[in-house]
Amino acid sequence: MTETLGGAGGLAASGAPSGARAFWRRFARNRGAVVGLALLAVVVAVALAAPLIYPESPWRMVQRPFLPPFAHDGLPLGTDTLGRNVAAGLAHGARVSLVVGLVSTLAALAIGVPLGALAGYFGGWVDEIAMRFTEFFQTIPSFALAIVLVAIFQPSLGSIVAAIAIVSWPPVARLVRAEVMTLRTREFVDAARLQGLSDWRILTGQILPNAVSPIIVMASLMVATAILLESSLSFLGLGDPNIMSWGFMIGAARTVIRTAWWLSFFPGVAILLTVLALNLIGEGLNDALNPRLARGGR
Amino acid sequence: MTLALIALQRLVKAAVTLLLIATLNFLLIHAAPGDPAAVMAGEAGAADERFIADLRARFGLDQPFHLRLWTYVSNVATLDLGYSYRRGAPVLDLILDRLPATLLLTMTAFAVSLALGVLLGVIAAARVGRWTDSLVTTVALLFYATPLFWVALMAVLLFSVNLGWLPGFGYSTVGARYTGLAHALDVARHLVLPSVTLGLFFTAVYMRMTRASMLEVAGMDFVKTARAKGLSPGLIQRRHVLRNALLPVVTLAGLQAGQLIGGAVLTETVFAWPGIGRLMFESLAARDYSVLLGVFLVSAAMVILFNILTDIVYHLIDPRIGATR
Repeated sequence: MTETLGGAGGLAASGAPSGARAFWRRFARNRGAVVGLALLAVVVAVALAAPLIYPESPWRMVQRPFLPPFAHDGLPLGTDTLGRNVAAGLAHGARVSLVVGLVSTLAALAIGVPLGALAGYFGGWVDEIAMRFTEFFQTIPSFALAIVLVAIFQPSLGSIVAAIAIVSWPPVARLVRAEVMTLRTREFVDAARLQGLSDWRILTGQILPNAVSPIIVMASLMVATAILLESSLSFLGLGDPNIMSWGFMIGAARTVIRTAWWLSFFPGVAILLTVLALNLIGEGLNDALNPRLARGGR
Repeated sequence: MTLALIALQRLVKAAVTLLLIATLNFLLIHAAPGDPAAVMAGEAGAADERFIADLRARFGLDQPFHLRLWTYVSNVATLDLGYSYRRGAPVLDLILDRLPATLLLTMTAFAVSLALGVLLGVIAAARVGRWTDSLVTTVALLFYATPLFWVALMAVLLFSVNLGWLPGFGYSTVGARYTGLAHALDVARHLVLPSVTLGLFFTAVYMRMTRASMLEVAGMDFVKTARAKGLSPGLIQRRHVLRNALLPVVTLAGLQAGQLIGGAVLTETVFAWPGIGRLMFESLAARDYSVLLGVFLVSAAMVILFNILTDIVYHLIDPRIGATR
């Protein structure tokens, strides 16, 4: 990162231990955020340990079908319609949810941040075109578009990530545009311009680093939304056919809800807790990174 | 500018947006791997010669690209959304047949979530910082994180399978042949679970918006004046705070309501509700892409229509808004 001339930016002191400690203190003041972090840590641990605890494929039949929870040793959550281990499916499903959530959010940022930054920095016709484009994508019902995209390009991890990214970037572009527009008029940007820095250097070296905090907060909430979207797509049968996911497990158990509640109950709880954890963390990050806005109405 | 002119302006913009979405549909079919006709026919191999020939003619696959695009978009503009050979009916007829059920479901879900969300938001704001506020905020946080399709399944399990209070399947009782009021009541009973579960997420959204908006208005000068005049706190909350806090909530709610259509795909799938969402799900399994794209286009049209209505309502209820834009 190049020298930041001014700007009371959030990450300015990220290297210093005192800065990190102050950040943690502000984050930890929000008790919900700490709970969320603990929850997420558990999910990540399960996802990482899945191949160790359940080295065999979660698609393999291990016992007779429809075993209820705790009915059989080693099968704490029972078996599904084809005799597969529900607990193994949950553990492996955690990997998919986290990876899709993270990668699709990064991809959405990769579209939204440059577009919003260019629109906000240059204004004029660049802004006009970029915002019309963004508006268009915001008008389209996002879940319906995601369904159409995945269905036409065939369900796979790649098409799911791409579809979620394509429907998730517009709010990022709007946020970054607004941030850049206010930062653009600040004195440190004038100073950089007087120094003779190019537009590119000013935008990437001076303005964007100061817009990082709100982007991080938004990104953490986007991961949560992306996980919900992925599970919804998998539920409709649009998941990657080779990968066990929570949404698929619930979708496959939909028709047997009357006889085998546990097949859809546990994966749903897993999604709920993961999404809840990420939302709580997002609020904590908001308190920690935007202390001036914290404790407000929201 | 008059209201009629605003409406006209919005309609022109809506038409342009819809044509762009039709173009997007066209591009999607062509970007998909393989021959567009084969893609539309699906890979199941169930397509017959007539179907493929019709698709080839429809997309004019021997013509240059811009002519093909023109043919497709002008077809859509004349409300010709294609023909579903899987179902043996024009796509538009299939959708129009299912549209009323979806409108009933989404409108009810919208009304329920707005009413419940505003009510909870007002309660939370009135008791800010106390346990009632924490309780409402926590419940909203849970609603916010709950997968729609899962809560729908759990509602079926609890209220339909275990308690037997409400039907968890379909639009009306099969074979009952109710008429008049009895039929309406029967549909209403079937509507409860789908609309409440569909509205749950938005209840949380509207609750948060109302709470934030109420707290913001409560800190304004005219509220301090009202308090200084010695008005009762209840009167201030109702007359001064709520009335002013509701405006942004109603506007944002209207703009977000379009997204209910997306959620309807999940709800209608779980409850076997005979709307366009269920139609979309069925066409996924059958790889009936002309129906899929038709539903997509119609749902986008509904979102746009809803946005225009919100805009008009906004101008009607707040005379301060200059109609200049």
